Amino acid sequence: MMIPVLIGVSFLVFFILAVSPGDPTRMILGQQASEQAIEAMREELGLNDNLFVRYFHYMADAVQGDFGVSWKTKLEVLPQVMGYFPNTVILSLAGILVAILIGVPIGILSAKKQYTWVDNVATVLGLIGVAMPNFWLGLLLVMLFSLTLGWLPPSGMGQGLDLIPSLILPAITLGTGCAASIMRMTRSSMLEAMRQDYIDTARAKGLKERYITRYHMFKNALIPIVTIIGLQFGMLLGGAALTETIFSWPGLGRFMIESIKSKDMPMVLGSAMFLAIMYSVVNLLVDILYAYVDPRIKAQYNSMGGKKRVKRFNFK
Amino acid sequence: MSKDLTLNNSAVKSRSLWADAWRRFRKNKMAVVSLVFLMVLAGIGIATLIIDWVTNGSIYESQVISQNLSQRFVEPSLEHPLGLDEFGRDILLRLLWGTRYSLFMSIAAVLAAGVVGIVIGAIAGYYGGKVDSVIMRLMDVVLSLPYMLLAIAIVAALGPGLVNVLISIAIGYVPEFARITRASVMTIREREFIEAAKAVGGSDKVIIFNQILPNSLAPLIVEFTMAIAGAILSIAGLSFLGLGIQPPLPEWGAMLTNARGYIRDAWHITIFPGLTILITILALNIIGDGLRDALDPKLKN
Repeated sequence: MMIPVLIGVSFLVFFILAVSPGDPTRMILGQQASEQAIEAMREELGLNDNLFVRYFHYMADAVQGDFGVSWKTKLEVLPQVMGYFPNTVILSLAGILVAILIGVPIGILSAKKQYTWVDNVATVLGLIGVAMPNFWLGLLLVMLFSLTLGWLPPSGMGQGLDLIPSLILPAITLGTGCAASIMRMTRSSMLEAMRQDYIDTARAKGLKERYITRYHMFKNALIPIVTIIGLQFGMLLGGAALTETIFSWPGLGRFMIESIKSKDMPMVLGSAMFLAIMYSVVNLLVDILYAYVDPRIKAQYNSMGGKKRVKRFNFK
Repeated sequence: MSKDLTLNNSAVKSRSLWADAWRRFRKNKMAVVSLVFLMVLAGIGIATLIIDWVTNGSIYESQVISQNLSQRFVEPSLEHPLGLDEFGRDILLRLLWGTRYSLFMSIAAVLAAGVVGIVIGAIAGYYGGKVDSVIMRLMDVVLSLPYMLLAIAIVAALGPGLVNVLISIAIGYVPEFARITRASVMTIREREFIEAAKAVGGSDKVIIFNQILPNSLAPLIVEFTMAIAGAILSIAGLSFLGLGIQPPLPEWGAMLTNARGYIRDAWHITIFPGLTILITILALNIIGDGLRDALDPKLKN
């Protein structure tokens, strides 16, 4: 299942970026270049072949680690992309961690105290969190914590121990929207689990409420929560471009945006491929995780041989 | 006594699904307030379009676009309720004139995505089999890209500009509509009234558009509302990155592009455009939730 998705995704990305109007040879050689030089360059870049042939050549090189050479700086794409990639992974992981740490406990609390003021406050916060443009939230956080209070650096990525303070604001910015979605899903999934008969049974057995919440409700409510966390992680990768731009975080998203602005297509294509493939890999990992979270799925998977369908949620 | 009962019964039955849904929607005060807010906003947007049409764009040029550098960063006052921006332009007026880019463009993009997605989904759901497999696998591929990445890639390929942004926003929503339509078409396809329509010789086109689609409208309307909210966020995000609507056009996200550099000098430049986006999205999401509860009361817990 993984391979067709990767082929499809990489072809889509290639197709979108390769059909872009504007002649790349003019970009590389300049406006004064002669017709012969341009024609030779077109031949060299393989632009005269049809799209499928070009895609095949690109992918054949790509799996060997050759993603081409920048039109602007003449640097190889792969080392550049690999230089930025870990920073995006660090930021995304920190973001999803923030989202889980905020979303899951508040969601559980909100479900346990349904229709009380706690629940109402959590619901309103959730609505606002989903509606908050994350780049605006980033600006507000910089305003408060960097400029007014002076607690945290407004931009950049620190080295060594300085990494942690420089990571806090971007992670909160990136994680808030996801936290809201995770909270809403946790709440509704917990409410569903709370209504089941086995909860009454557990209470009748005289188990402590804390124990029931943790092992009888939460464990059974986990599947939709894991799903939404996986989906949100993918959304984080897309949203990282915005957060990285605000905080001048040296990540792949920001690098891609800068490459787009300088019309450096091999760099854009390389970055987009990496982000897209990482998203697909995360989705696959989530699918595998299901089997560990819920043994029933494993059994079902074995008997049906089908892939569980997941719904994609709105970008945050 | 029995006569009364039958009268009451018929009174209940005579309410249509839509009237019933509207009655339930009206009980949700938050949703009604949000709907009123949105209608006022849309009204303002239309009003600015009419003003531009009547004055031939002169007010737009002089108040919204033209710069007045002697009045940079003027803080909110009675004359300028939301203050002036880094080029001395009135932020309130820019926000009002920006409605056309943020709200109307999102609606247009989602409408376009809706039309394409519904047709694709209806075809896939109605015919099933190979057609269905091929179409839905294609949709899966589009869905396997993060939405924002897809939009950024399309804009990167096509270049910035109103129409290109609209296309890039719309394409990401097509699979969503296709999937929802397909699912409801597949459940309705097997019902008796479709069989009846076939028996009296209705063509596929007539059956899909006159019989099936009106019966699968509810989830589509909810998706439509939510998608507009998402599209506003995406357009604002793209514009903020400098890839969407280009300055000096007063799109809400584009208004924040420069704000970062002036955070120290002027708080109001950052606060108000973001707050406008937040409130609009909030209103749309609340309306969407309200519509979902109103159209499908079984879902509400």
